[in-house]
Amino acid sequence: MRRFSWFNATSLTLGFLFLYFPMVILVIYSFNASKLVTVWGGFSVKWYGELFHDQAFLDAAWVTLRVALAASTLATILGTMAAYVMVRAGRFTGRTLFSGMIYAPLVMPDVITGLSLLLLFIAVGLDRGITTVVLAHTTFAMCYVSVVVSARLVSFDRSLEEAALDLGCSPWDAFRSVTLPIIAPAVISGWLLAFTLSLDDLVIASFTTGPSSTTLPIKIWSAVRLGVNPEINALSTIMISIVTVGVITTSILSKRNAVQRMRDEQKAQQA
Amino acid sequence: MANPAKKTVFAPWDDTNEKPLITFEGVTKKFGSFVAIDDLNLQIYTREFFALLGPSGCGKTTLMRMLAGFETPTQGRITLAGQDIGPVPPNKRPVNMMFQSYALFPHLTVWDNIAFGLRRSDMPRDQIPARVEEMLRLTRMEKFAQRKPHQISGGQRQRVALARSLAKAPKLLLLDEPLGALDKKLRHDTQFELMDIQEKTGTTFVIVTHDQEEAMTVASRVAVMNQGKVVQVSTPDRIYETPATAYVADFIGEVNLVEGVASPNPAGGYAIAWAEGQAPIVSACDKSIAQGARVSFAIRPEKVRITPDRPEGAQNAMQGKVHDIAYLGNISTYHVLLPTGQIIKAQTANSRRVENREFTWEDDVWLSFTDTAGVVLTE
Ligand SMILES: Nc1ncnc2c1ncn2[C@@H]1O[C@H](COP(=O)(O)OP(=O)(O)O)[C@@H](O)[C@H]1O
Ligand SMILES: [Mg+2]
Repeated sequence: MRRFSWFNATSLTLGFLFLYFPMVILVIYSFNASKLVTVWGGFSVKWYGELFHDQAFLDAAWVTLRVALAASTLATILGTMAAYVMVRAGRFTGRTLFSGMIYAPLVMPDVITGLSLLLLFIAVGLDRGITTVVLAHTTFAMCYVSVVVSARLVSFDRSLEEAALDLGCSPWDAFRSVTLPIIAPAVISGWLLAFTLSLDDLVIASFTTGPSSTTLPIKIWSAVRLGVNPEINALSTIMISIVTVGVITTSILSKRNAVQRMRDEQKAQQA
Repeated sequence: MANPAKKTVFAPWDDTNEKPLITFEGVTKKFGSFVAIDDLNLQIYTREFFALLGPSGCGKTTLMRMLAGFETPTQGRITLAGQDIGPVPPNKRPVNMMFQSYALFPHLTVWDNIAFGLRRSDMPRDQIPARVEEMLRLTRMEKFAQRKPHQISGGQRQRVALARSLAKAPKLLLLDEPLGALDKKLRHDTQFELMDIQEKTGTTFVIVTHDQEEAMTVASRVAVMNQGKVVQVSTPDRIYETPATAYVADFIGEVNLVEGVASPNPAGGYAIAWAEGQAPIVSACDKSIAQGARVSFAIRPEKVRITPDRPEGAQNAMQGKVHDIAYLGNISTYHVLLPTGQIIKAQTANSRRVENREFTWEDDVWLSFTDTAGVVLTE
């Protein structure tokens, strides 16, 4: 064990402060009774109540949820297919170009992605609304999915698929009943990643959305420009809680799985 | 070798009326410019236990994968029961493969792994459970039916893989180094188990191995491969007793190879002049070899007798000094240095305790063997 040192302790504290102090302030002020953001006026949950009576926020939340569900699902399907082709198709002409092009949106500035999609939608005469936001989010989220899924596929034992073919599966049946169940955890992580990316995207959504389909980040952004209000703090606290609960649950589940697996393997060796 | 009485009867390769189950006709497989299989011809008969033996990288797996349908020949054709299987995809072939890595589906139980192929066959749904139970009994895995593959041991996984590939009762079962992961003792037990199952089910087995002992134990015939070519196909005893080339002789078991020049004896057989001042080796070989041809004389160490004096009436005898002794428990191998500088190995059973053995280092000894003990190889 390394000895406790003041240097380590200090850098750890500073790092965590830097990461979490802003969020802690936000959470505390969401329970502020006063309307003034910077003055503490006692504990209250009234902003949460008000939030649930603000129709504009509820609408925006509903739009965001639908967009995120649709886009992450589409992105997962397309991203998994792309990953499968890239890992499995072996060498074909243009493979390097193809894989490079799939990963390019990862480093592309959001402004450029948003702008180019906007131009495309105008060019083909697609009315801006929920559909265009879903399409835009699918486009940029699918490359994240494909990165996550192809990382899993690279280590996937090819002979499992061959065994399935050997036992009478068609190639599609082999994918559906062997490959997919085994890579499912990666596909689900890809979906979750796409879902969160879509949930908090501001830039691309504001380029591609129409007046009737404001998403939550856009709504928050435009509200904050008129001044931060405690309702926003309440909303953000809710979002932080949802994310925290999600992360903790998945890590507990996977930890428990790993422990169970280790126990099984030990038992098998003794048998 | 386990059942010699049966094997003398079962010899479809000697029967001209018998049609082979599998034929390779001039099959070549290239990966890019690399030739993995080189113009190969081979026949395998129904109910055979056929072993492919060769060093790593000689093309054994490639040959199997062509039979299973995962690789297509670059040239030539493969027929199964008279039908060209080139255009038939793997899932439509009456062939099942047991993979080197077992390839058990980790997300399914042992039961579901075995039922996997049956569910995709035209077997009626209600007969599947009975068939799975039968396979579980055959491989003695009944107690583990509801376990996942990671919940059972290596040897059990291997039995499940076997059960899964046998469940569909394929015409042909391919086994790619099936016992590679097992320790020696379990390996021996499993070899006999495999032979037992093969006899019970009547399936044709093709087994890949790089372990010559394993090939000799289980197979009805062995094909020795080298660099994409089949060097010799024959029964285990023929391969051992009359190897076709020095490569085969050297690959299967231990062998002494002596190079020399052959000249026919008037009374039949050959005399092989192999060193100045040494009597030629006499061999009752019935091959036709030209006068003065360069040959290798191959003789197994256990066919060479080692004695303190020159034995009476020995057809071949040579004197030497014990150079080294390899003690292997049940047998010992003596490395005997001849005056010519060559080393000849002689093997004897250790019927006495090691401290009472007859010879020790630097002892003068005589080596002797009969004229039928070795073979003359022209390649
Ligand atoms: N898909 C492939 N692409 C290129 N070379 C291959 C491929 N598969 C096998 N080979 C080569 O063919 C040769 C024979 O391989 P293999 O049949 O696996 O040998 P074995 O099973 O006898 O050890 C090896 O030299 C191997 O490198
Ligand atoms: Mg191999």
